[in-house]
Amino acid sequence: MAELICIVCPRGCLLHVDEQSGAVTGQGCARGEAYGAKELRNPTRVVTSTVAVTGAVHRRLPVKTDREVPKALIWDVMRALRGVRVAAPVRCGQVILPNVCGGEASVVATRDMAAQAVPADTAGDGQALIHYL
Amino acid sequence: MMYDVIVVGGGPAGLAAACAARRQGAARVLVAERDGELGGILNQCIHSGFGLHYFQEELTGPEYARRFIEKLRESGADVMTDTMVTAVTRDLRVSVLSPRDGVQTLSAGAVVLTMGCRERTRGAIAIPGARPAGVLTAGAAQKYINVEGYAVGRRVIILGSGDIGLIMARRLTLEGARVLACVEAQPQPGGLARNIAQCLRDYDIPLYLSHTITDIRGRRRVEGVTVSRVDAHMRPIPGGEMDFACDTVLLSVGLIPENELTQAAGIPMDERTRGAWVYEDMQTGAPGIFAAGNALHVHDFVDFVTEESTRAGEAAARYAAGERPPDGRQITVCAGDGVAYTVPQRVRPDNVPRAADVFFRVRRPLRDARIQICVAGEAAHTHRRARVAPAEMERVPVPRATLQRAAAIGELTIRVEGEEAHG
Amino acid sequence: MVDVLVIGCGVVGAGIACELARLDASVLVVDGENDVCGQTSKANSAIVHAGYDPQPGSLMARYNVLGNSLMPGLCERLGVGYAANGSLVVAFSAQERDHLQTLLARGGQNGVPGLRILTGDEARGLEPALSPDVRWALYAPTGGIVDPWALTIALAETAVRNGAKIRLDTLVRAIAPQGDCYAVDTSKGQVEAHFVVNAAGVYADAVHAMVAPPTFAIAPVKGEYLLLDKAQGTLVHRTVFQCPTAAGKGVLVAPTVHGNLITGPTAEAVTDREDVSTTARGMASVRALAAKSVPGVDFRATIRSFAGLRANNARAHDFVVGFVPGHPRFLDVAAIQSPGLTSAPAIARDVAGMLQAHGLNAPAKSVWIEEPLPTPFRRLSAQEQHALVARDARYGRVICRCESVTEGEIAAAARRPIPPRSLDGVKRRCGAGMGRCQGGFCGPRVLDILAGELGCDPLEIPQDKADSRQLIGRVGEGAWARDV
Repeated sequence: MAELICIVCPRGCLLHVDEQSGAVTGQGCARGEAYGAKELRNPTRVVTSTVAVTGAVHRRLPVKTDREVPKALIWDVMRALRGVRVAAPVRCGQVILPNVCGGEASVVATRDMAAQAVPADTAGDGQALIHYL
Repeated sequence: MMYDVIVVGGGPAGLAAACAARRQGAARVLVAERDGELGGILNQCIHSGFGLHYFQEELTGPEYARRFIEKLRESGADVMTDTMVTAVTRDLRVSVLSPRDGVQTLSAGAVVLTMGCRERTRGAIAIPGARPAGVLTAGAAQKYINVEGYAVGRRVIILGSGDIGLIMARRLTLEGARVLACVEAQPQPGGLARNIAQCLRDYDIPLYLSHTITDIRGRRRVEGVTVSRVDAHMRPIPGGEMDFACDTVLLSVGLIPENELTQAAGIPMDERTRGAWVYEDMQTGAPGIFAAGNALHVHDFVDFVTEESTRAGEAAARYAAGERPPDGRQITVCAGDGVAYTVPQRVRPDNVPRAADVFFRVRRPLRDARIQICVAGEAAHTHRRARVAPAEMERVPVPRATLQRAAAIGELTIRVEGEEAHG
Repeated sequence: MVDVLVIGCGVVGAGIACELARLDASVLVVDGENDVCGQTSKANSAIVHAGYDPQPGSLMARYNVLGNSLMPGLCERLGVGYAANGSLVVAFSAQERDHLQTLLARGGQNGVPGLRILTGDEARGLEPALSPDVRWALYAPTGGIVDPWALTIALAETAVRNGAKIRLDTLVRAIAPQGDCYAVDTSKGQVEAHFVVNAAGVYADAVHAMVAPPTFAIAPVKGEYLLLDKAQGTLVHRTVFQCPTAAGKGVLVAPTVHGNLITGPTAEAVTDREDVSTTARGMASVRALAAKSVPGVDFRATIRSFAGLRANNARAHDFVVGFVPGHPRFLDVAAIQSPGLTSAPAIARDVAGMLQAHGLNAPAKSVWIEEPLPTPFRRLSAQEQHALVARDARYGRVICRCESVTEGEIAAAARRPIPPRSLDGVKRRCGAGMGRCQGGFCGPRVLDILAGELGCDPLEIPQDKADSRQLIGRVGEGAWARDV
């Protein structure tokens, strides 16, 4: 019998999963049961990270896989994101990397990012007058 | 400039309050946000896990924020970003400062305080040792990494097992840093069990409960820390110290509501929550000034922040429209045995349509817990929970009828009992 | 070749450089740190002592009382935070009352005005938060508090404005007499100077030893402090000292000019001159001793713990100010322990005079440039604030929310005569990051603004001392390219 903490919701139920039959006990809901059964056979996770974005107010664009990917592929997804560079503007949900690592999941943006020529933080630096009080 | 409702802060609480105020009929609603964009701390919380309760789906922080930012845009509320509220007064004037408009004083029919919270720092918990670079709060690290795109360290120890710390343990690991351990002084984790599972266990990061950092070494940058076991009173137990060679210490040791404006306005505070005390509709002790979200008390879930702030926004709109709660008796909600605090702290039964939701935290983890709503020492209602823990905020509804009974004696007590539990 | 080389740019070295800059002489100040006030001057009690403590006739007594009287005018001219808040030395027993009598007598001899002994109730009338166990107190109306960072920076900047040069990150490695001057080997090259002033703080004995056998020995004493949130800043209005006991000198509880409450210091002899670590024992002792005087201090409101080293002299309990025997052009200004901060302006005057008396032939300059430090934006009137934002919109953007420090102030700090090179350098100049969140929110923004102003990569900017880098690289660009 395997013991698992259910991660599908904040309740964090303690699940017991029978390795042979895949039967789950301890869940508080049907999603928890499904999670318990799958976690032993084929654990999957949504991967969230960031990619480089140019011409935007920020330097990083948050992204996620649009569905869960096999846990074993998390590192491959992270590697695949490493060299990605997108240009603003970006819309939330926009596909950044289709079928990442050859799977069904695509990496999508998780926010809008407007285009801006100069990052706000450094706008006007060197030009504006500084007045001593 | 005159507004019906001015909302101080454009994080999740402020967004929900402003949307609700518009929906409730307030014509001129303003959200003043000090950052360059709306969304608050959600913008840096790029992980998923938000919105399960409110939207019945699992969103990332920016996605959750975006839903409300769009709603706000559609609602027609005014937004001032890059705008710092420098003062709120009890006569409902709000002073703001911005690069575009300089100093302005606005007046409002009602004000909602939704400034959020900040992290406890090294100074607040007085970790002994040297003071090199490389000691930072988990939230600051989160901003550096997720928004600014900076790498903060290669070998990391995390002190405290709050959710932000756990989330950052995974985030740092995925980016290629080595998280050597998560160290928690309490005998139970500060964050959610699911985050222990999916942020620490998934990546084989050890969690040391009943341990703390007793020394930080390093001249310029952190070079190492000593981790010691602590007793039940958080005192280090000599012997069995562990030394870690690391270059970074991340602190996830608690959040504190931000209430400089509240206190400057002379609004009465609750020492336990470190926020204002509020009535059932989130009005503070100052008429027309409401408070919600993490500025009121620290929440675990943004979904509850949204709910609570919605209530505040609606009540603020009603206040601005000249509606006043019916006169009548007030009751004090007392934190009884095993309960650390409650929100609201006061209830006007005549202002409660069906039931008042009372949020609270327990003092200790318990199994087979019975939450009792007591009037005059008698349990009027009992709610059962398989387990309760200080890290998880609880909520119980108190029916209007019970409130009215309690009004006769002026108070109502929430208490909890159960079996002592650890972890 | 310079006329005078000042080694060390703490409050003493900066003060001396400022006095010398009044003269038509070339002055160079070197410091091993990446900022002025990089050691003792940045981590101390920030007290302007009245002067009843030093032994009559000592250098300490003379400089303390004179420095105390110079401080208000100096701070006013330089725009440095200062308050004549007065001080109390509290006594819990008859034995301690005798000590107050001794201090009263000493104070009289030293020329300290206005001293008197109060009963416990009188003292509590002034400071209601004092412990009910306080039975007597010595009241010194001329006691004060000052911003030691601003004072050091303002003195150094005034020196620079008036022609003095400053080289930071410059360690002195060797000094060789060469005819009528000294050849000084530093980590940034050789300097030749007619006169050398040794104001090297905890390293002053090492610098002295480069030219002559030791006449004093620095025995650093570490003091740990706890700084509390502004919510505690009005718990007491005067500085509350304790009588020294066998266990130690006692800790003080005082407001700071920034509105916080400071408690400390401990006193622990250390051998490592870079050891400014805090200890669990030290912090516990500060808490316990502070609570003895002022039981209501809420240490849950602590925002920072820190430690500093006092440059005590192991051979005598007094400052060392004078020419090194056999070296009429080499002046020690050493062992400037407490009350060194108070004494600094007086020492500076004296040292300038001593150099002139010993052959520094330089008339006073006809032009003197003095500019007060900028007033913090938050202290301006709404009209002044509005006008400033209209001139430079960056004053309208608050970066440090705890202390309400604007982007305009940070940018202005970066363009001062001695620009900050670190986040803490910005903090010392305009207060960004010194509030209750300790830079948690504003650190990333300050980093970007400072990097923009200095025209460097944000990654190069340290937290405080050189190489104390907070960031190790950029996400996805190598620093974390651990292949897994």
